[in-house]
Amino acid sequence: MTESIRIDGLHKSFGDLEVLKGIDLVVDTHEVVCLIGASGSGKSTLLRCINLLEPIDAGHIAIDGIEITGRGVDVDAVRRRIGIVFQAFNLFPHMTVLRNVALSPEKVQKLSRRVADDGARELLSRFGLGDKADDYPDRLSGGQQQRVAIVRALAMKPDILLLDEVTSALDPVLVAEVLDAIRELAEQGMTMVIATHEMGFAKDVANDVAFLHEGRILEEGPPSTIFSEPTNPETRIFLDRIIAAGRM
Amino acid sequence: MAAGGGPSPDVYFPRGGPGDPKLPPTGDRRSKIFGGGDPSARNVWVAVASTLLFFGIIAILIVRSPGWPEVKQQFFNAQEFKESFPLILRKFVRNIFIFCIAEVLVLTFALVLAVLRSLPGPVFTPLRILSAAYTDLFRGLPTILVILLLGYGMPALNLQGVPDSDFLWAIVALTLVYSAYVAEVYRAGIQSVHPSQSAAARSLGLTRLQSMRYVVLPQAIRRVIPPLLNDFIGLQKDSALVYVLGVVESLSQATIIQSGDFNFTPLIALSLIYVVITIPQARFVDRMIARDQRRRQAGGDL
Repeated sequence: MTESIRIDGLHKSFGDLEVLKGIDLVVDTHEVVCLIGASGSGKSTLLRCINLLEPIDAGHIAIDGIEITGRGVDVDAVRRRIGIVFQAFNLFPHMTVLRNVALSPEKVQKLSRRVADDGARELLSRFGLGDKADDYPDRLSGGQQQRVAIVRALAMKPDILLLDEVTSALDPVLVAEVLDAIRELAEQGMTMVIATHEMGFAKDVANDVAFLHEGRILEEGPPSTIFSEPTNPETRIFLDRIIAAGRM
Repeated sequence: MAAGGGPSPDVYFPRGGPGDPKLPPTGDRRSKIFGGGDPSARNVWVAVASTLLFFGIIAILIVRSPGWPEVKQQFFNAQEFKESFPLILRKFVRNIFIFCIAEVLVLTFALVLAVLRSLPGPVFTPLRILSAAYTDLFRGLPTILVILLLGYGMPALNLQGVPDSDFLWAIVALTLVYSAYVAEVYRAGIQSVHPSQSAAARSLGLTRLQSMRYVVLPQAIRRVIPPLLNDFIGLQKDSALVYVLGVVESLSQATIIQSGDFNFTPLIALSLIYVVITIPQARFVDRMIARDQRRRQAGGDL
């Protein structure tokens, strides 16, 4: 397996608040890594740093062996290869579902509008959203909106997909449809980094689970190890809480 | 309401405080007076009556004032109105021309100013400063001063290629001043679009400008249309200010007639024209604001 993402000594502060305190993480191609940990542990910030949505303070991030955090990097080109899906969907409310998906293929990849729309329609149908193409996002359920957001990210044919607590804003009954879509992507070999509170899903889909606590990765390993025999006491406390909350 | 009531047993109830349980609800009594149980119909009647009464009293006071015959002759002269109105209306076409051109220019120029001011990052600091200084300056200057300075100053420079049409400089002056206001309106709209929208656009590989153009601005502009139209109503009224340059438009036409005939009715005629064109726009803005509010309450974001 080849390395897709390599992160070395990543530090990130917002003002006086140091959110990431030296993150090292390697994600192989076709691998799914789940980031778990309490809210505020730095999962979202880590994902936003990988996508260069946040400038980093120290450390290195390399994609396919090429550093993206140095000077003179074409930020837009990096972002084209890395898709991200947000907790709050962030669909564009003034565009139809179809235009949401087709916008960046048309404007960034310079496809003709017809080709971009055709591609978007096909992708939407593949995720069971074919009949929603001409609706505006606010007519859709939360689960449908989040699936559209996933399709929108996939429309750029990214090598890597980052998912930032994509089910946290959803009704429990709508979570499954989104998780199924992600599971399908995992089976197709998409390289993914997933920040999630859905432990059952992480157990199921992840090759590797990393536990973040106060800006550090305290423990990392295959889900079977992390979930059944965690070595770090903080991991144990976190998982006990999750179990107590009935989330696992 | 006691004055309007016929003999009714209610009247003989002892008068208590507002909380007196024996005092019948006033609504019941009023509905008896008007003979109907529908409260909205009753409200309409009350509104009509009080409005008529209010304005009737004012009208009577004005008409019965000692100077009224004189004022009527000077300001509300039917003959004068009939003669001056068509002339003024014809010149008002020039005002329409002035503010229509200015509005198109303002829409574009103000957008550039607002976008410049909204550019993030340290590289764009000089552009942001420039845009902010511009808005500060032209919001601080009285419109009439800008019109005078440009209208007299620019032609006086005698520069090669600089036209000396005061008509043109009047339009430029209005554009400069109103762009400052409208730029602020645009900027408020841009800032009202949540940053997560441009984050989503950037994450899809769109450049800063593309994300502004396709994602932020369409949402921002939709939100600021009502305040934008408000500023345009102001601009339309201020098109009268260009008369200080001697541009023959409706106001200078009206004052010419006024000083020739020693009668102020032409000014009333022009006031009427302005009111007639601005009121529909004001109502339109009100309706748009109300529509926006309904949508927001319904949960939609647009």
